Amino acid sequence: MLRRSLLAGLAAGALVAGAAVAQGDPVQIVYIPKNTGNPYFDSLVAGFEDACASLGCEFTQAAPATAEATSQIPFITAQIQRGVDVIAVSPNSPDALNQVLDRARAAGILVLMVNGDIVGSEAYRDAAILPVDFTRTGPGQVELLGSMIDYQGQIAILSATTDAPDQNTWIAAMVNALETDPKYANMELVATVYGDDEPQKSTTEAEALLQTYPDLRGIISPTTVGVAAAAQVLQSAGRADEVILTGLGTPNQMRPFIKDGTVEAFQLWSPYNQGWLAAHFAVGVRNGTIENVVGGTFEVPNLGTVTIGENNVINTQAELTTFTAENIDDYDF
Amino acid sequence: MSVAERPDGPAGPRREAARARPGWQVALVRPEAMTLLLLVGAFVVASWLSPFFADATFILSSATFYTEFAIVALVLTLLIIAGEIDLSPAAGMALAACVFGAVAQAGLPIGLAIAAALLAGALMGLLNGVLVLVFGLPSIIVTIGTLTLFRGLAQVLAGDRSIGGFPGWFIGIDWRLWLGIPAPVVIFVVAAALLAAFLGLTVTGRQIHQIGTSPEAARHAGIRVRRIKMGLFVAMGVTAALAGLLAASRLASVRYDLATGGELTMVLMVMLGGTSIFGGRGSILGTFLAAWLLVIIATGMTVANVPVTSQLIVMGLLLIVSIIATNVIYARSQR
Repeated sequence: MLRRSLLAGLAAGALVAGAAVAQGDPVQIVYIPKNTGNPYFDSLVAGFEDACASLGCEFTQAAPATAEATSQIPFITAQIQRGVDVIAVSPNSPDALNQVLDRARAAGILVLMVNGDIVGSEAYRDAAILPVDFTRTGPGQVELLGSMIDYQGQIAILSATTDAPDQNTWIAAMVNALETDPKYANMELVATVYGDDEPQKSTTEAEALLQTYPDLRGIISPTTVGVAAAAQVLQSAGRADEVILTGLGTPNQMRPFIKDGTVEAFQLWSPYNQGWLAAHFAVGVRNGTIENVVGGTFEVPNLGTVTIGENNVINTQAELTTFTAENIDDYDF
Repeated sequence: MSVAERPDGPAGPRREAARARPGWQVALVRPEAMTLLLLVGAFVVASWLSPFFADATFILSSATFYTEFAIVALVLTLLIIAGEIDLSPAAGMALAACVFGAVAQAGLPIGLAIAAALLAGALMGLLNGVLVLVFGLPSIIVTIGTLTLFRGLAQVLAGDRSIGGFPGWFIGIDWRLWLGIPAPVVIFVVAAALLAAFLGLTVTGRQIHQIGTSPEAARHAGIRVRRIKMGLFVAMGVTAALAGLLAASRLASVRYDLATGGELTMVLMVMLGGTSIFGGRGSILGTFLAAWLLVIIATGMTVANVPVTSQLIVMGLLLIVSIIATNVIYARSQR
C-alpha cells in the first residue's frame, strides 16, 4: 500500500493539485457489459454517456472479451482498485460474481445490475435497473401475434439457447397465457425450437418450421438474433403473407423487413433508457437526493416519476414498445 | 544446460569460429531469459499506464484469477517436454468441480466431495493416457476429443444451473492469506519449486527430457517411456481437478462452463516460458515467469481500462515475439 501511495502521488502529482481546487469530485461510474462487440450494449452506453454529460459525472466502460460466467470478475476487481464510486454490471452469471461484489460493496461502492439481474443473489447488489416487468413480456408477445392472426391457427416459438434464463421465463409465461386465457383457445402452440442465438442455426430452425408445419400461421421469436433470421427466411421463401412473424428485435436490424412488409410489428424496450436511468439513479443515490428503498420514487428527465420496486428492482418502462412502419424511424439502435 | 556442458566453451575443442561467448549471450540462450525481460518490461509499462497498478496487495489478489490455470500449466510443461500435449484440463477442471458440486449437493460430507473430485481427475487423466499410450493415438487429437467429452459430462451432471451453498470454510480460498499472500498464489509458488526440483534434480526428471528429445533413443536406453507418460497424464488429471476445486472455492459455486477456453491460457503460459512445442526443451522456471507475465499484462491493462480488444492483440503479439526470439536464439546457439 505504501508503494501504491508513493507511485500514485508521484504520477498524479500535477493532476491532484488541479483536482483539489475543484469543489466536490464528480461521481465516477463504470459500466461492465456482458462482452465486447455487442451493438445492443452500445445503445445502453450511449444512455450513460448522455446522462453523464448533463449531470457532470465521469463515465467509463470496461468489457470482457467473452460472456463467460467468470469473465467479469477481473474487471470488477480492477475497478475496486481504481476507487470508482459506482459499478454497473450486466451480469453473465447469477451467482459467480457474488464474492467480488461483496468486496466492492465493502469498499463503499454502489453496485447496480443493469439489463439483467442476479436472480437469487439480490443481496449482493444495491439495486437492479431492468427494462420492463419480465412477467408481462411473454403474454404481451402472445397478444401481439394473436391480434395479427385473428387469434387462431398453429403457432411456433423460435428461441435462443435451451437454457437462456430470460427466454425461458418468457416462454413459460407464453405457454401459461395460451393455456389459461380463453381468448387464445383457438391458437395452438405446435413447436418450440432453439436457434442458440446463432444466425445460421436460427435460419435452419426457421426453415424447418416452415417445412414441418405447412399450416403454420405465426412465429414468435423472443430473441433479436432469432427474429431477424426468421424474417430473412420468410422474405426469401416469399411466405410472409401466410406466416406472421413477431418477436423481440432491435429497430436497426428489423428496419428492412418492416419497410418491405415482411414483418408488421415487433417489440422491444429501449436499452438507451436503461443507461440514462441508471446514471441518474446512481448520481442521485451518491449525492443523497435519492433514497434507495423499496417504494421510493424519484424524477428522471424524459422518463417521469420512477418507483423503486420489490427487491430494489427499477423498471425503465411499464410495457414493451411495439415497433411498426409508423414509428420505427424514430429509433436508432 | 550449464555453461560447462557447452561444446564451444573454454573446455571444448578449439575451432576457428567457436570463440567463447560473452556472459550475457550465454544467459540469453536460456529460454526463460526472454520471458524475464518481458516480465520486467511489462511491469514498468503497467506502472506507467495506471497509478493504481503497482500495489502488491492488488497484484497478488488479481493473480488468484490465473493461478488455477498456472498450476495446471506447470504440470503441462512436463508433459510437453515429454513430447505429448493435453488440451483437456480446463474441461477437466469443470467436470471435477461439477462432480464435487453434485456430491456436496447430495448432502455428503465436503471431504468426500473433494476426494470424489480428485478421483474423477485421476480417471480423466487415465482415460487420456490409455487412449494415447495403449491405442497409440496422437495426444492432440485424443485430448481435443476428451475436452468435449468432459465438458459434456459436466453439463449432464450440473445442467445449466450453478451449484452452490458450500460450507463457509470451503469458500473463498483466494481471500485466505498465508504469510500475507493469498493461498492459491502460495500453492502455485510451492508447486513450481517442487516441480522444478523434480525436473532438474531427479533421474525421472532427466528422463522426461530424454523422452521428449528422442523417444526411440530413450526406449533403447531402457527408460520406461510409457510408464512415465502415463504418470504425467494422470498427474495432469489430478492437477486439473485440484484447480477445479480452487475455482469452486473462489467462486463459491460451480457451473459446467467453468474455465471455458482455459486450455489456451495454459498452453500460452507454457509456450511463453520458452518450452518447445516439439518436446525435449523447456523449464518450470519459464512457465513460472510466463504465468506472472500474463498476470502483470492482464491486470495492468485492465486496471488502466485498456479495451479488451487491444489486450488480445498485445497477448498474441507477445506470444509470437517470444516464440520467434527463443527459437532464433536457440538456433544460433546450436551453430
